[in-house]
Amino acid sequence: MTEISKISILNKIFNSLPIIILFISVLNEFDFNYLNFKYFSFNFPFILIFYWSLKGGEKLGYGLVFVAGLINDVVVGFPMGISSLSYLLICGFAAYLRNITLRPNLIKDWLFFLFTISLVNSFLYVVLIIFFGIDMNYYFLFFNIIFTFLLYYVFSYIFDYYSKFTIMR
Amino acid sequence: MQTNRDDFIIAIRSAFLKKGTKQRFSLIALLFFSIFILVLGKYNFKGINFLKLSIKELVYRSTFIVSVPENFVISSYQTIRDHFYLYSNYENLKKDYESLKAIKLNNDFLKSENEALKSKINDVSAQSSELLAKVIIDKKSPFLRSVIINRGSKDKVILGMAVLDEKFLVGKVVEVNYSTSRVLLLSDLNSKIPVSIEPNGIQSILSGSGSSFGEIQYIKEDYELEKNSEIFTSGSGGIFRSGIPIGKTIANDEIGLNTIKVKFHSDFSQLRLVKIVSFEEIKSND
Repeated sequence: MTEISKISILNKIFNSLPIIILFISVLNEFDFNYLNFKYFSFNFPFILIFYWSLKGGEKLGYGLVFVAGLINDVVVGFPMGISSLSYLLICGFAAYLRNITLRPNLIKDWLFFLFTISLVNSFLYVVLIIFFGIDMNYYFLFFNIIFTFLLYYVFSYIFDYYSKFTIMR
Repeated sequence: MQTNRDDFIIAIRSAFLKKGTKQRFSLIALLFFSIFILVLGKYNFKGINFLKLSIKELVYRSTFIVSVPENFVISSYQTIRDHFYLYSNYENLKKDYESLKAIKLNNDFLKSENEALKSKINDVSAQSSELLAKVIIDKKSPFLRSVIINRGSKDKVILGMAVLDEKFLVGKVVEVNYSTSRVLLLSDLNSKIPVSIEPNGIQSILSGSGSSFGEIQYIKEDYELEKNSEIFTSGSGGIFRSGIPIGKTIANDEIGLNTIKVKFHSDFSQLRLVKIVSFEEIKSND
């Protein structure tokens, strides 16, 4: 009996890995900046949210994405609500793509991801500069978009592997 | 054409309005709620400020715990790197130490002479009180350069206090919570500090650049700056006391740019313990 309950808890944790990783990533803000590669940074939560929203959204509840955004604002020091808004917009774009796609294709998803993050980051940049008077380096933002876009391809393979493993279990 | 437009509207409506099987909220409701929080935060609504403070206290502590494994990796990486440069660092430090010994003797003499002269003209001098703080979160975000320290309003930290790494200025307090505070580093794009460029005593503003260098702003072109000019706080505006060392100017040809760049004395990526300093001006009496 104990064995069964242990297995079910482990299964639950395994199935909730995307949301657990999302919360760890916003709390930890891991982006390898300590390596001091000039301009290198990427937005891991964007990749995670887009991928799992595109896959159907069962792994990531919108409410939890909203809370993750609030936490990210606190950690990074942005005005409260701005990251939630950008994360939810990404969910919206991914859900739209899911609705209009009959045959999923990684390259198409990838290009749509570039369009989405460019739009969301531009929106974030405009809101922060115009409404909150927070100065941002546009080059950093530009390279952040590029690296986030490039790494989506890599992470999508890792997430695909995880999805297949979950189905097998 | 009409069908395409209908398809687009149906897809948008389904994405933003429809709740999924396991979703408790629709996307549009949460989007509006985010905008609502943003607007209230912009106008400093009391409820939102209280919510912010509570979340901050909770999140800063959780982040500190969650960051432990990553911090371990970072510190291991830095230790290994330091071992590789150990010998060259030792040689450089030996040279620096010899020259600093001579400079210190000279400085001690100038300091006592300065104090004696100040007391003669009844000038104002600054008295400082210091508070040691530990850096609990140092995220090095490419957009905002700030750190979180474990001192807050309960330790009488107030907005605008100077934060020093040993003797060097690293930033100022921009957010105070009950037991934590956020320090905006000098390298942040939003940091603007009035400075004095020595030996000529040129007054200017030091701005962060978002990278590891600072930039001198608002300086007339006809002022000639020497290479390796020392940058100190000027004390203008009464934010900080004058004479806190910040960094050195770097020659333009070293970096290939026309702006005047400043290399900070302190390495902001290595901050562990910092001093929060408040200054009080006192009139010297005979």
